[in-house]
Amino acid sequence: MSEVAVDAKLDLKGEVCPYNFVKTKLKLEELEAGQVLEVILDEGEPVRNVPRSVKEEGHEIIKVEKVNGAFRLLIRKAAI
Amino acid sequence: MADYDVKDLKRVGFMKQKEKDLFSIRLRVVGGYVSADQLPKLAEISRKYGRGYIHLTTRQGIEIPFIHFNDFEKVRGELAEVGLSIGACGPRVRTVTACQGEICSHGLIAAQELALMVDGRFFGYDGLPHKFKIGITGCPNACIKPTENDLGIMGVVEKEFIEERCTYCGLCVDVCPVGAITIEGDKLSYDHDRCVKCGDCIFVCPMDAWVKKRAGCRIYVGGKMGKFPHLGHEAFDFVEGEDPVLRIIERTLEFYRERGEKGERFGDTIDRLGLDVYVEAVK
Repeated sequence: MSEVAVDAKLDLKGEVCPYNFVKTKLKLEELEAGQVLEVILDEGEPVRNVPRSVKEEGHEIIKVEKVNGAFRLLIRKAAI
Repeated sequence: MADYDVKDLKRVGFMKQKEKDLFSIRLRVVGGYVSADQLPKLAEISRKYGRGYIHLTTRQGIEIPFIHFNDFEKVRGELAEVGLSIGACGPRVRTVTACQGEICSHGLIAAQELALMVDGRFFGYDGLPHKFKIGITGCPNACIKPTENDLGIMGVVEKEFIEERCTYCGLCVDVCPVGAITIEGDKLSYDHDRCVKCGDCIFVCPMDAWVKKRAGCRIYVGGKMGKFPHLGHEAFDFVEGEDPVLRIIERTLEFYRERGEKGERFGDTIDRLGLDVYVEAVK
């Protein structure tokens, strides 16, 4: 299965809540609806909070994978 | 001698200060909710009758110190103009505390609405052996500390797993606070007994493979702080609907009124008689 094209990337390792979400949100604002953002998050608190907040804002999380103790998320920006 | 009965005043939330004829007035602030219209009135009353400040209590309440007993009726009247009233002291049900409930990203129940309902029905309930505190917290994060209340209510959620939606990404495994979920390859296992019903897996799942089945309340009893702290016991794991919750509170108060000894906190009554005796009596 081929992976979708990524339009922007954000490495949020070491970034604390809620700044990791705020940065994700700001980055998503730069994108067009339907475009895909890759976000790398630490496990624990960040991964507990950021995906749920992204979901609450209506965006779609299309892929999640664990990479070297961190999580890699692909988020498709919602059409607003 | 002043013409007031300190015991009678305490009943309605006037607390005698060390200073002669001065009292701290405790307000009935349910769930910490104070409207923008009430705030300026509090400032005005504290300047006019007190010393220009209020005190926030540990149970989300407000007290206005340095009020002379001659001003009680005027203060009461001015508070009423903005829908505020006096709280409770002594051996009775105190103002109900609550978190912000559903508006919090972790909230599972409408804690504020439930607090208004419980407070409306039981605030001031009398004839008890000692004080009785009720706290309502929206989820197992327990910000309102239900196990520190004589009766604590906690929002919990029961869930369902829809296997065909799962991509085995492992997010739920990572967020589960008790390690109840494990994934091996394309197989997810879930330990129901270990689950604390917090719903973190539901909130985090990108595929909606974990879905909410029903929300309800877990009820703790017998908690208290003070000189002899004692955490509450879990009495009911899952109670669905407001009426059954209200019924349990009502029966609990009746049980405490009948079986508690004078001056005994509810946690001590339960320890003396046994949790099972209590649960059997109120369920």
